[in-house]
Amino acid sequence: MLSSTIVTRWLQAFGSSRAEGNASKRAHFALAAGRRALHYASLPIAALCLWQLTSVLDLVPAVAMPSPAQVARAFLELVRTGELLRHVAMSLARVLEGTAAAAALGIGLGIGVGLSRRLERATDLMLELLRPIPPIAWIPLAILWFGIGELSKLFIIFLGAFFPIVMNVISGIRQTEHKFVEVARILEVPRARFIRHVIVPGALPVIMSSLRLGLGIAWMCVVAAELIAASSGVGYLIMDARQLSRPDVVLAGMITIGVVGKAMDVALKRLERRVVEWKVIYQGE
Amino acid sequence: MSSVRGGARAGDLSIESVHKTFTIGRRAVSALCDITLQVEEGGFLSIVGASGCGKSTLLRIVAGLERADRGTVLLGSQPIRGPGRDRGMVFQDHRLFPWLTVEQNVAFALGGDPSRVSSAVVQQRVELVGLAAFRGAYPHQLSGGMAQRAAIARALVNRPRVLLLDEPFGALDALTRIQMQQEILRIREVERTTMVLVTHDIEEAIFLGDRVVVMSSSPGTIRRTLEVDLPRPRSRSRHEFMRLRRSIYAEFFTEGDEPFAYAI
Repeated sequence: MLSSTIVTRWLQAFGSSRAEGNASKRAHFALAAGRRALHYASLPIAALCLWQLTSVLDLVPAVAMPSPAQVARAFLELVRTGELLRHVAMSLARVLEGTAAAAALGIGLGIGVGLSRRLERATDLMLELLRPIPPIAWIPLAILWFGIGELSKLFIIFLGAFFPIVMNVISGIRQTEHKFVEVARILEVPRARFIRHVIVPGALPVIMSSLRLGLGIAWMCVVAAELIAASSGVGYLIMDARQLSRPDVVLAGMITIGVVGKAMDVALKRLERRVVEWKVIYQGE
Repeated sequence: MSSVRGGARAGDLSIESVHKTFTIGRRAVSALCDITLQVEEGGFLSIVGASGCGKSTLLRIVAGLERADRGTVLLGSQPIRGPGRDRGMVFQDHRLFPWLTVEQNVAFALGGDPSRVSSAVVQQRVELVGLAAFRGAYPHQLSGGMAQRAAIARALVNRPRVLLLDEPFGALDALTRIQMQQEILRIREVERTTMVLVTHDIEEAIFLGDRVVVMSSSPGTIRRTLEVDLPRPRSRSRHEFMRLRRSIYAEFFTEGDEPFAYAI
Protein backbone atom coordinates (compact mmCIF):
# COMPACT_ATOMS: atom_id res chain seq x y z
CA MET A 1 0.00 0.00 0.00
CA LEU A 2 2.74 2.37 1.07
CA SER A 3 4.78 1.60 -2.02
CA SER A 4 1.77 2.19 -4.25
CA THR A 5 1.17 5.67 -2.84
CA ILE A 6 4.82 6.53 -3.26
CA VAL A 7 4.75 5.38 -6.86
CA THR A 8 1.58 7.30 -7.67
CA ARG A 9 2.90 10.48 -6.00
CA TRP A 10 5.98 10.19 -8.07
CA LEU A 11 3.93 9.60 -11.23
CA GLN A 12 1.76 12.58 -10.38
CA ALA A 13 4.72 14.86 -9.91
CA PHE A 14 6.24 13.55 -13.09
CA GLY A 15 2.97 13.90 -15.04
CA SER A 16 1.90 17.37 -13.95
CA SER A 17 5.25 18.93 -14.74
CA ARG A 18 5.01 18.23 -18.45
CA ALA A 19 1.40 17.63 -19.48
CA GLU A 20 -1.16 20.36 -20.05
CA GLY A 21 -4.83 20.59 -21.15
CA ASN A 22 -6.19 17.44 -22.76
CA ALA A 23 -2.97 15.60 -22.36
CA SER A 24 -3.01 16.22 -18.63
CA LYS A 25 -6.60 15.00 -18.48
CA ARG A 26 -5.65 11.86 -20.33
CA ALA A 27 -2.67 11.42 -18.06
CA HIS A 28 -4.97 11.86 -15.10
CA PHE A 29 -7.22 9.03 -16.30
CA ALA A 30 -4.26 6.82 -17.08
CA LEU A 31 -2.93 7.56 -13.63
CA ALA A 32 -6.22 6.68 -11.98
CA ALA A 33 -6.41 3.45 -13.96
CA GLY A 34 -2.82 2.63 -13.05
CA ARG A 35 -3.54 3.28 -9.41
CA ARG A 36 -6.55 0.98 -9.51
CA ALA A 37 -4.51 -1.75 -11.21
CA LEU A 38 -1.81 -1.40 -8.59
CA HIS A 39 -4.40 -1.53 -5.82
CA TYR A 40 -5.90 -4.64 -7.43
CA ALA A 41 -2.55 -6.41 -7.61
CA SER A 42 -1.23 -5.22 -4.26
CA LEU A 43 -1.83 -8.43 -2.29
CA PRO A 44 -0.17 -10.80 -4.81
CA ILE A 45 2.73 -8.33 -5.05
CA ALA A 46 3.03 -8.26 -1.28
CA ALA A 47 2.99 -12.08 -1.17
CA LEU A 48 5.70 -12.16 -3.82
CA CYS A 49 7.82 -9.71 -1.82
CA LEU A 50 7.41 -11.81 1.34
CA TRP A 51 8.33 -14.94 -0.57
CA GLN A 52 11.44 -13.28 -2.02
CA LEU A 53 12.35 -12.09 1.48
CA THR A 54 12.16 -15.59 2.97
CA SER A 55 14.45 -16.96 0.30
CA VAL A 56 16.91 -14.05 0.54
CA LEU A 57 17.11 -14.52 4.31
CA ASP A 58 17.36 -18.30 3.78
CA LEU A 59 14.50 -18.96 6.18
CA VAL A 60 13.26 -21.99 4.22
CA PRO A 61 15.48 -24.56 2.47
CA ALA A 62 15.36 -24.17 -1.31
CA VAL A 63 14.43 -27.85 -1.79
CA ALA A 64 11.13 -27.15 0.01
CA MET A 65 10.52 -23.65 -1.24
CA PRO A 66 12.54 -22.34 -4.19
CA SER A 67 12.88 -18.60 -4.67
CA PRO A 68 10.60 -16.64 -7.00
CA ALA A 69 13.51 -16.26 -9.39
CA GLN A 70 13.99 -20.03 -9.59
CA VAL A 71 10.29 -20.55 -10.18
CA ALA A 72 10.29 -17.87 -12.87
CA ARG A 73 13.22 -19.61 -14.57
CA ALA A 74 11.40 -22.94 -14.44
CA PHE A 75 8.31 -21.26 -15.81
CA LEU A 76 10.15 -19.66 -18.72
CA GLU A 77 11.82 -22.97 -19.49
CA LEU A 78 8.42 -24.70 -19.56
CA VAL A 79 7.07 -22.01 -21.86
CA ARG A 80 10.10 -22.17 -24.14
CA THR A 81 9.89 -25.93 -24.65
CA GLY A 82 6.14 -25.66 -25.23
CA GLU A 83 5.58 -28.20 -22.47
CA LEU A 84 3.43 -25.88 -20.38
CA LEU A 85 1.19 -24.88 -23.25
CA ARG A 86 0.68 -28.53 -24.15
CA HIS A 87 -0.34 -29.47 -20.61
CA VAL A 88 -2.56 -26.41 -20.12
CA ALA A 89 -4.28 -27.02 -23.47
CA MET A 90 -4.87 -30.63 -22.48
CA SER A 91 -6.39 -29.71 -19.12
CA LEU A 92 -8.47 -26.91 -20.63
CA ALA A 93 -9.87 -29.18 -23.31
CA ARG A 94 -10.92 -31.68 -20.63
CA VAL A 95 -12.50 -28.97 -18.52
CA LEU A 96 -14.41 -27.46 -21.39
CA GLU A 97 -15.72 -30.83 -22.55
CA GLY A 98 -16.70 -31.96 -19.06
CA THR A 99 -18.26 -28.62 -18.14
CA ALA A 100 -20.15 -28.42 -21.41
CA ALA A 101 -21.69 -31.82 -20.72
CA ALA A 102 -22.45 -30.84 -17.11
CA ALA A 103 -23.95 -27.52 -18.23
CA ALA A 104 -26.15 -29.10 -20.88
CA LEU A 105 -27.47 -31.72 -18.52
CA GLY A 106 -27.48 -29.51 -15.42
CA ILE A 107 -29.34 -26.61 -17.05
CA GLY A 108 -31.78 -28.97 -18.73
CA LEU A 109 -32.53 -30.97 -15.60
CA GLY A 110 -32.47 -27.83 -13.44
CA ILE A 111 -35.12 -26.12 -15.57
CA GLY A 112 -37.19 -29.31 -15.60
CA VAL A 113 -37.02 -29.81 -11.85
CA GLY A 114 -37.57 -26.10 -11.22
CA LEU A 115 -40.76 -26.21 -13.28
CA SER A 116 -42.17 -29.50 -12.11
CA ARG A 117 -42.80 -30.49 -8.54
CA ARG A 118 -43.32 -34.09 -9.69
CA LEU A 119 -39.87 -34.18 -11.24
CA GLU A 120 -38.47 -32.57 -8.10
CA ARG A 121 -40.02 -35.26 -5.93
CA ALA A 122 -38.59 -37.93 -8.20
CA THR A 123 -35.04 -36.57 -8.29
CA ASP A 124 -34.47 -34.61 -5.09
CA LEU A 125 -33.34 -37.49 -2.84
CA MET A 126 -30.97 -38.85 -5.47
CA LEU A 127 -29.42 -35.43 -6.08
CA GLU A 128 -29.07 -34.72 -2.39
CA LEU A 129 -27.47 -38.11 -1.72
CA LEU A 130 -24.92 -37.80 -4.53
CA ARG A 131 -24.15 -34.11 -4.07
CA PRO A 132 -22.11 -34.34 -0.84
CA ILE A 133 -19.75 -36.96 -2.29
CA PRO A 134 -16.62 -35.06 -3.35
CA PRO A 135 -15.62 -35.72 -6.98
CA ILE A 136 -12.22 -36.91 -5.78
CA ALA A 137 -13.90 -39.75 -3.90
CA TRP A 138 -15.15 -40.99 -7.26
CA ILE A 139 -11.64 -41.31 -8.69
CA PRO A 140 -11.07 -44.96 -7.64
CA LEU A 141 -14.37 -45.99 -9.17
CA ALA A 142 -13.75 -43.87 -12.25
CA ILE A 143 -10.45 -45.67 -12.82
CA LEU A 144 -12.11 -49.06 -12.34
CA TRP A 145 -14.88 -48.18 -14.75
CA PHE A 146 -13.12 -46.13 -17.40
CA GLY A 147 -9.44 -46.95 -16.87
CA ILE A 148 -6.99 -44.07 -16.87
CA GLY A 149 -8.14 -42.81 -20.27
CA GLU A 150 -9.86 -39.54 -21.05
CA LEU A 151 -13.26 -40.77 -20.00
CA SER A 152 -12.36 -41.11 -16.32
CA LYS A 153 -11.17 -37.50 -16.18
CA LEU A 154 -14.25 -36.25 -17.98
CA PHE A 155 -16.38 -38.21 -15.55
CA ILE A 156 -14.76 -36.53 -12.53
CA ILE A 157 -15.06 -33.07 -14.10
CA PHE A 158 -18.66 -33.71 -15.01
CA LEU A 159 -19.49 -34.68 -11.43
CA GLY A 160 -17.72 -31.62 -10.06
CA ALA A 161 -19.50 -29.15 -12.32
CA PHE A 162 -22.89 -30.83 -12.57
CA PHE A 163 -24.14 -30.51 -9.00
CA PRO A 164 -23.48 -26.80 -8.42
CA ILE A 165 -25.01 -26.04 -11.81
CA VAL A 166 -28.15 -28.12 -11.38
CA MET A 167 -28.80 -26.97 -7.80
CA ASN A 168 -28.39 -23.28 -8.69
CA VAL A 169 -30.52 -23.53 -11.81
CA ILE A 170 -33.33 -25.12 -9.79
CA SER A 171 -33.25 -22.32 -7.24
CA GLY A 172 -32.99 -19.72 -10.03
CA ILE A 173 -36.15 -21.04 -11.67
CA ARG A 174 -37.93 -21.14 -8.33
CA GLN A 175 -37.06 -17.50 -7.72
CA THR A 176 -39.33 -16.39 -10.55
CA GLU A 177 -41.23 -13.45 -9.14
CA HIS A 178 -44.91 -13.93 -8.49
CA LYS A 179 -45.70 -10.51 -9.92
CA PHE A 180 -44.43 -11.61 -13.33
CA VAL A 181 -46.43 -14.82 -13.11
CA GLU A 182 -49.54 -12.68 -12.58
CA VAL A 183 -48.72 -10.46 -15.55
CA ALA A 184 -48.30 -13.57 -17.70
CA ARG A 185 -51.65 -14.90 -16.49
CA ILE A 186 -53.42 -11.65 -17.38
CA LEU A 187 -51.82 -11.70 -20.82
CA GLU A 188 -52.83 -15.37 -21.24
CA VAL A 189 -49.28 -16.33 -22.17
CA PRO A 190 -49.13 -20.00 -23.26
CA ARG A 191 -46.92 -22.21 -21.10
CA ALA A 192 -44.11 -22.69 -23.60
CA ARG A 193 -43.85 -18.94 -24.19
CA PHE A 194 -44.07 -18.32 -20.47
CA ILE A 195 -41.11 -20.64 -19.84
CA ARG A 196 -39.07 -19.30 -22.71
CA HIS A 197 -39.69 -15.59 -22.27
CA VAL A 198 -40.46 -15.15 -18.57
CA ILE A 199 -39.01 -17.96 -16.45
CA VAL A 200 -35.74 -18.64 -18.23
CA PRO A 201 -34.71 -15.00 -18.79
CA GLY A 202 -35.55 -14.25 -15.17
CA ALA A 203 -33.34 -17.11 -14.02
CA LEU A 204 -30.54 -16.26 -16.46
CA PRO A 205 -28.43 -14.27 -13.98
CA VAL A 206 -28.46 -17.23 -11.60
CA ILE A 207 -27.81 -19.68 -14.45
CA MET A 208 -24.81 -17.63 -15.57
CA SER A 209 -23.30 -17.49 -12.11
CA SER A 210 -23.91 -21.23 -11.71
CA LEU A 211 -21.83 -21.75 -14.85
CA ARG A 212 -19.02 -19.70 -13.37
CA LEU A 213 -19.20 -21.74 -10.19
CA GLY A 214 -19.32 -25.01 -12.14
CA LEU A 215 -16.39 -24.07 -14.34
CA GLY A 216 -14.30 -23.11 -11.31
CA ILE A 217 -14.97 -26.42 -9.61
CA ALA A 218 -14.34 -28.30 -12.88
CA TRP A 219 -10.93 -26.68 -13.10
CA MET A 220 -10.11 -27.86 -9.57
CA CYS A 221 -11.36 -31.34 -10.43
CA VAL A 222 -9.30 -31.74 -13.59
CA VAL A 223 -6.11 -31.02 -11.72
CA ALA A 224 -7.10 -33.43 -8.96
CA ALA A 225 -7.92 -36.13 -11.50
CA GLU A 226 -4.67 -35.57 -13.38
CA LEU A 227 -2.66 -35.74 -10.17
CA ILE A 228 -3.82 -39.31 -9.73
CA ALA A 229 -4.38 -40.79 -13.14
CA ALA A 230 -2.98 -39.08 -16.21
CA SER A 231 -0.01 -38.78 -18.50
CA SER A 232 -0.70 -35.20 -19.52
CA GLY A 233 -2.26 -32.02 -18.17
CA VAL A 234 -1.21 -29.51 -15.54
CA GLY A 235 -1.95 -31.93 -12.71
CA TYR A 236 0.29 -34.53 -14.29
CA LEU A 237 3.01 -31.89 -14.77
CA ILE A 238 2.94 -31.14 -11.05
CA MET A 239 2.94 -34.78 -10.00
CA ASP A 240 5.74 -35.62 -12.39
CA ALA A 241 7.81 -32.70 -11.10
CA ARG A 242 7.35 -33.88 -7.53
CA GLN A 243 8.73 -37.30 -8.46
CA LEU A 244 11.70 -35.59 -10.12
CA SER A 245 12.17 -33.37 -7.04
CA ARG A 246 11.60 -30.17 -8.96
CA PRO A 247 9.67 -27.94 -6.52
CA ASP A 248 10.23 -24.98 -8.84
CA VAL A 249 8.25 -26.74 -11.58
CA VAL A 250 5.60 -27.73 -9.03
CA LEU A 251 5.17 -24.09 -8.07
CA ALA A 252 5.20 -22.89 -11.67
CA GLY A 253 2.42 -25.40 -12.38
CA MET A 254 0.41 -24.28 -9.36
CA ILE A 255 0.67 -20.62 -10.29
CA THR A 256 -0.41 -21.50 -13.84
CA ILE A 257 -3.51 -23.20 -12.42
CA GLY A 258 -4.39 -20.04 -10.53
CA VAL A 259 -3.81 -17.74 -13.50
CA VAL A 260 -5.79 -19.91 -15.93
CA GLY A 261 -8.65 -20.21 -13.42
CA LYS A 262 -8.77 -16.45 -13.03
CA ALA A 263 -8.69 -15.94 -16.81
CA MET A 264 -11.60 -18.31 -17.31
CA ASP A 265 -13.61 -16.53 -14.66
CA VAL A 266 -12.94 -13.14 -16.24
CA ALA A 267 -14.06 -14.47 -19.61
CA LEU A 268 -17.29 -15.87 -18.18
CA LYS A 269 -17.96 -12.69 -16.21
CA ARG A 270 -17.70 -10.72 -19.47
CA LEU A 271 -20.11 -13.10 -21.14
CA GLU A 272 -22.44 -12.82 -18.16
CA ARG A 273 -22.46 -9.05 -18.36
CA ARG A 274 -23.32 -9.22 -22.03
CA VAL A 275 -26.07 -11.80 -21.55
CA VAL A 276 -27.76 -10.01 -18.64
CA GLU A 277 -27.18 -6.43 -19.72
CA TRP A 278 -30.70 -5.58 -18.53
CA LYS A 279 -29.83 -6.16 -14.92
CA VAL A 280 -28.41 -3.54 -12.62
CA ILE A 281 -25.90 -5.43 -10.56
CA TYR A 282 -24.95 -4.26 -7.09
CA GLN A 283 -21.31 -3.21 -7.31
CA GLY A 284 -20.57 -2.73 -3.63
CA GLU A 285 -19.73 0.57 -1.95
CA MET B 1 -81.04 -7.31 -13.55
CA SER B 2 -82.00 -9.40 -16.57
CA SER B 3 -82.79 -6.31 -18.58
CA VAL B 4 -79.29 -4.97 -17.89
CA ARG B 5 -77.75 -8.26 -18.92
CA GLY B 6 -79.85 -8.55 -22.04
CA GLY B 7 -78.77 -5.20 -23.40
CA ALA B 8 -75.18 -5.35 -22.15
CA ARG B 9 -72.54 -3.88 -24.43
CA ALA B 10 -69.10 -5.52 -24.70
CA GLY B 11 -67.47 -2.96 -22.44
CA ASP B 12 -70.13 -2.99 -19.73
CA LEU B 13 -68.84 -4.29 -16.43
CA SER B 14 -71.25 -5.61 -13.88
CA ILE B 15 -70.24 -6.76 -10.41
CA GLU B 16 -73.08 -8.51 -8.60
CA SER B 17 -73.13 -9.37 -4.88
CA VAL B 18 -69.46 -10.29 -4.69
CA HIS B 19 -68.15 -11.72 -1.42
CA LYS B 20 -64.58 -12.64 -0.61
CA THR B 21 -63.05 -14.02 2.56
CA PHE B 22 -59.37 -14.63 3.20
CA THR B 23 -57.93 -16.96 5.77
CA ILE B 24 -55.07 -15.32 7.61
CA GLY B 25 -53.46 -17.71 10.03
CA ARG B 26 -56.56 -19.49 11.27
CA ARG B 27 -58.83 -16.47 11.25
CA ALA B 28 -61.30 -15.85 8.48
CA VAL B 29 -61.12 -12.21 7.41
CA SER B 30 -63.92 -10.82 5.30
CA ALA B 31 -62.31 -8.72 2.56
CA LEU B 32 -65.40 -7.97 0.48
CA CYS B 33 -69.01 -8.16 1.55
CA ASP B 34 -71.86 -7.91 -0.92
CA ILE B 35 -70.32 -5.60 -3.49
CA THR B 36 -72.57 -4.62 -6.38
CA LEU B 37 -71.35 -2.16 -9.00
CA GLN B 38 -71.99 -1.30 -12.61
CA VAL B 39 -69.71 0.47 -15.04
CA GLU B 40 -71.02 1.33 -18.47
CA GLU B 41 -68.95 0.90 -21.58
CA GLY B 42 -66.58 3.83 -21.89
CA GLY B 43 -67.23 4.85 -18.30
CA PHE B 44 -64.63 5.70 -15.69
CA LEU B 45 -65.22 4.39 -12.19
CA SER B 46 -62.99 5.41 -9.30
CA ILE B 47 -62.93 3.32 -6.14
CA VAL B 48 -61.45 5.09 -3.17
CA GLY B 49 -60.79 3.66 0.26
CA ALA B 50 -58.25 3.25 3.03
CA SER B 51 -55.58 0.59 2.61
CA GLY B 52 -56.93 -2.83 3.47
CA CYS B 53 -60.52 -2.05 2.52
CA GLY B 54 -60.50 -4.72 -0.16
CA LYS B 55 -60.52 -2.37 -3.14
CA SER B 56 -57.49 -4.04 -4.72
CA THR B 57 -59.04 -7.46 -4.07
CA LEU B 58 -62.12 -6.34 -5.96
CA LEU B 59 -59.98 -5.28 -8.91
CA ARG B 60 -58.07 -8.57 -8.79
CA ILE B 61 -61.37 -10.45 -8.91
CA VAL B 62 -62.37 -8.48 -12.00
CA ALA B 63 -58.95 -9.24 -13.49
CA GLY B 64 -59.48 -12.93 -12.76
CA LEU B 65 -56.45 -13.20 -10.50
CA GLU B 66 -58.68 -13.97 -7.51
CA ARG B 67 -61.93 -15.85 -7.37
CA ALA B 68 -65.00 -14.46 -5.61
CA ASP B 69 -66.47 -16.76 -2.95
CA ARG B 70 -69.95 -15.72 -3.98
CA GLY B 71 -71.45 -13.43 -6.59
CA THR B 72 -70.62 -12.90 -10.23
CA VAL B 73 -68.70 -10.47 -12.37
CA LEU B 74 -69.94 -9.97 -15.91
CA LEU B 75 -68.03 -8.35 -18.73
CA GLY B 76 -70.49 -7.68 -21.48
CA SER B 77 -72.79 -10.63 -20.95
CA GLN B 78 -70.09 -13.17 -20.11
CA PRO B 79 -69.19 -14.12 -16.53
CA ILE B 80 -65.51 -13.75 -15.67
CA ARG B 81 -63.90 -17.08 -14.79
CA GLY B 82 -60.20 -16.29 -14.98
CA PRO B 83 -57.65 -13.84 -16.35
CA GLY B 84 -57.99 -12.81 -19.95
CA ARG B 85 -56.75 -10.36 -22.51
CA ASP B 86 -60.12 -8.66 -22.69
CA ARG B 87 -59.06 -6.96 -19.45
CA GLY B 88 -55.87 -4.94 -19.18
CA MET B 89 -54.28 -4.27 -15.82
CA VAL B 90 -51.80 -1.71 -14.57
CA PHE B 91 -50.27 -2.35 -11.16
CA GLN B 92 -48.71 0.08 -8.71
CA ASP B 93 -45.30 -1.38 -9.55
CA HIS B 94 -44.93 -1.30 -13.32
CA ARG B 95 -44.14 -5.03 -13.56
CA LEU B 96 -42.37 -4.64 -16.89
CA PHE B 97 -40.13 -7.59 -17.67
CA PRO B 98 -36.65 -6.23 -16.89
CA TRP B 99 -35.02 -8.31 -19.65
CA LEU B 100 -37.20 -6.79 -22.37
CA THR B 101 -37.05 -3.25 -23.75
CA VAL B 102 -40.11 -0.99 -23.73
CA GLU B 103 -41.27 -2.07 -27.18
CA GLN B 104 -40.40 -5.71 -26.53
CA ASN B 105 -42.56 -5.62 -23.41
CA VAL B 106 -45.45 -4.25 -25.44
CA ALA B 107 -44.83 -6.73 -28.27
CA PHE B 108 -44.73 -9.61 -25.81
CA ALA B 109 -48.17 -8.66 -24.50
CA LEU B 110 -49.45 -8.77 -28.06
CA GLY B 111 -48.56 -12.43 -28.17
CA GLY B 112 -45.78 -12.25 -30.72
CA ASP B 113 -42.11 -12.89 -30.44
CA PRO B 114 -40.76 -10.05 -28.27
CA SER B 115 -37.82 -9.65 -30.64
CA ARG B 116 -40.20 -8.82 -33.50
CA VAL B 117 -41.14 -5.31 -32.50
CA SER B 118 -41.77 -3.79 -35.90
CA SER B 119 -45.51 -4.33 -35.57
CA ALA B 120 -47.44 -1.14 -36.26
CA VAL B 121 -49.74 -1.78 -33.30
CA VAL B 122 -46.76 -1.87 -30.94
CA GLN B 123 -45.28 1.33 -32.35
CA GLN B 124 -48.64 3.05 -32.20
CA ARG B 125 -49.15 2.17 -28.52
CA VAL B 126 -45.63 3.19 -27.60
CA GLU B 127 -46.24 6.52 -29.33
CA LEU B 128 -49.65 6.87 -27.69
CA VAL B 129 -48.06 6.91 -24.25
CA GLY B 130 -45.31 9.26 -25.42
CA LEU B 131 -42.39 6.85 -25.21
CA ALA B 132 -41.33 6.81 -28.87
CA ALA B 133 -37.88 8.10 -27.94
CA PHE B 134 -37.43 5.40 -25.29
CA ARG B 135 -38.71 2.40 -27.22
CA GLY B 136 -35.36 0.63 -27.00
CA ALA B 137 -34.75 1.37 -23.31
CA TYR B 138 -34.75 -1.28 -20.61
CA PRO B 139 -37.08 -0.73 -17.63
CA HIS B 140 -34.22 0.10 -15.26
CA GLN B 141 -33.29 2.99 -17.53
CA LEU B 142 -36.73 4.59 -17.20
CA SER B 143 -38.08 6.97 -14.57
CA GLY B 144 -41.04 5.85 -12.50
CA GLY B 145 -43.49 7.81 -14.64
CA MET B 146 -42.04 6.53 -17.91
CA ALA B 147 -42.14 2.93 -16.66
CA GLN B 148 -45.79 3.39 -15.75
CA ARG B 149 -46.49 4.81 -19.24
CA ALA B 150 -44.90 1.69 -20.72
CA ALA B 151 -47.04 -0.47 -18.44
CA ILE B 152 -50.14 1.36 -19.70
CA ALA B 153 -49.05 0.81 -23.32
CA ARG B 154 -48.62 -2.88 -22.58
CA ALA B 155 -52.03 -3.11 -20.93
CA LEU B 156 -53.68 -1.39 -23.90
CA VAL B 157 -52.00 -3.23 -26.75
CA ASN B 158 -54.60 -6.00 -26.87
CA ARG B 159 -57.42 -3.43 -27.02
CA PRO B 160 -58.98 -4.66 -23.75
CA ARG B 161 -62.62 -3.93 -23.07
CA VAL B 162 -61.75 -2.75 -19.57
CA LEU B 163 -58.56 -1.21 -18.22
CA LEU B 164 -58.05 -1.94 -14.53
CA LEU B 165 -55.82 0.53 -12.73
CA ASP B 166 -54.61 -0.63 -9.31
CA GLU B 167 -53.18 2.49 -7.66
CA PRO B 168 -51.15 3.05 -10.81
CA PHE B 169 -49.67 6.37 -9.73
CA GLY B 170 -49.32 5.62 -6.03
CA ALA B 171 -45.55 5.30 -6.18
CA LEU B 172 -44.97 8.44 -8.25
CA ASP B 173 -44.03 11.88 -7.01
CA ALA B 174 -46.81 14.47 -6.80
CA LEU B 175 -45.94 16.34 -10.01
CA THR B 176 -45.55 13.20 -12.10
CA ARG B 177 -48.77 11.89 -10.66
CA ILE B 178 -50.75 14.92 -11.84
CA GLN B 179 -49.13 14.66 -15.25
CA MET B 180 -50.02 10.96 -15.48
CA GLN B 181 -53.62 11.66 -14.45
CA GLN B 182 -53.93 14.02 -17.39
CA GLU B 183 -52.24 11.44 -19.61
CA ILE B 184 -54.71 8.72 -18.70
CA LEU B 185 -57.60 11.02 -19.62
CA ARG B 186 -55.96 11.83 -22.94
CA ILE B 187 -55.43 8.10 -23.62
CA ARG B 188 -59.04 7.44 -22.72
CA GLU B 189 -60.14 10.04 -25.27
CA VAL B 190 -58.25 8.09 -27.93
CA GLU B 191 -59.02 4.52 -26.85
CA ARG B 192 -62.52 4.90 -25.39
CA THR B 193 -61.80 2.01 -23.02
CA THR B 194 -63.89 1.38 -19.93
CA MET B 195 -61.70 2.15 -16.92
CA VAL B 196 -61.78 1.17 -13.27
CA LEU B 197 -59.34 2.93 -10.98
CA VAL B 198 -58.54 1.94 -7.43
CA THR B 199 -56.84 4.63 -5.39
CA HIS B 200 -56.45 6.05 -1.91
CA ASP B 201 -56.10 9.54 -3.33
CA ILE B 202 -59.48 11.28 -3.07
CA GLU B 203 -58.51 14.08 -5.42
CA GLU B 204 -57.33 11.61 -8.03
CA ALA B 205 -60.59 9.68 -7.76
CA ILE B 206 -62.64 12.82 -8.41
CA PHE B 207 -60.35 14.19 -11.09
CA LEU B 208 -60.58 11.00 -13.16
CA GLY B 209 -63.89 9.29 -12.40
CA ASP B 210 -67.38 9.75 -13.77
CA ARG B 211 -68.40 8.12 -10.56
CA VAL B 212 -66.59 7.67 -7.25
CA VAL B 213 -67.30 4.70 -5.02
CA VAL B 214 -66.22 5.11 -1.40
CA MET B 215 -65.38 1.85 0.34
CA SER B 216 -65.08 1.17 4.04
CA SER B 217 -62.92 -1.47 5.66
CA SER B 218 -63.37 -4.80 7.41
CA PRO B 219 -65.49 -6.01 5.90
CA GLY B 220 -65.04 -4.16 2.61
CA THR B 221 -68.39 -2.66 1.70
CA ILE B 222 -69.57 0.18 -0.46
CA ARG B 223 -70.24 3.11 1.80
CA ARG B 224 -71.31 5.65 -0.74
CA THR B 225 -71.42 6.33 -4.47
CA LEU B 226 -71.05 9.86 -5.85
CA GLU B 227 -71.65 11.04 -9.38
CA VAL B 228 -68.98 13.45 -10.52
CA ASP B 229 -70.96 15.72 -12.78
CA LEU B 230 -68.15 18.10 -13.67
CA PRO B 231 -67.03 19.02 -17.18
CA ARG B 232 -63.54 17.98 -18.31
CA PRO B 233 -60.84 19.11 -18.05
CA ARG B 234 -61.61 19.46 -14.39
CA SER B 235 -60.09 22.17 -12.30
CA ARG B 236 -59.05 20.95 -8.89
CA SER B 237 -59.61 24.39 -7.46
CA ARG B 238 -63.21 24.75 -8.59
CA HIS B 239 -65.77 25.09 -5.89
CA GLU B 240 -67.74 21.96 -6.88
CA PHE B 241 -64.57 19.91 -7.04
CA MET B 242 -63.58 20.98 -3.56
CA ARG B 243 -67.05 20.41 -2.23
CA LEU B 244 -67.00 16.81 -3.54
CA ARG B 245 -63.55 16.28 -2.13
CA ARG B 246 -64.58 17.56 1.27
CA SER B 247 -67.66 15.41 1.24
CA ILE B 248 -65.63 12.25 0.53
CA TYR B 249 -63.05 13.29 3.04
CA ALA B 250 -65.78 13.49 5.65
CA GLU B 251 -66.45 9.78 5.05
CA PHE B 252 -63.05 8.99 6.49
CA PHE B 253 -62.39 11.76 8.99
CA THR B 254 -64.42 14.18 11.02
CA GLU B 255 -64.36 17.73 9.68
CA GLY B 256 -62.11 19.00 12.44
CA ASP B 257 -59.36 16.54 11.51
CA GLU B 258 -58.97 17.95 8.07
CA PRO B 259 -55.47 19.30 7.80
CA PHE B 260 -55.31 22.84 6.51
CA ALA B 261 -52.75 21.98 3.86
CA TYR B 262 -55.18 19.56 2.27
CA ALA B 263 -57.64 22.34 1.48
CA ILE B 264 -55.41 24.15 -1.02
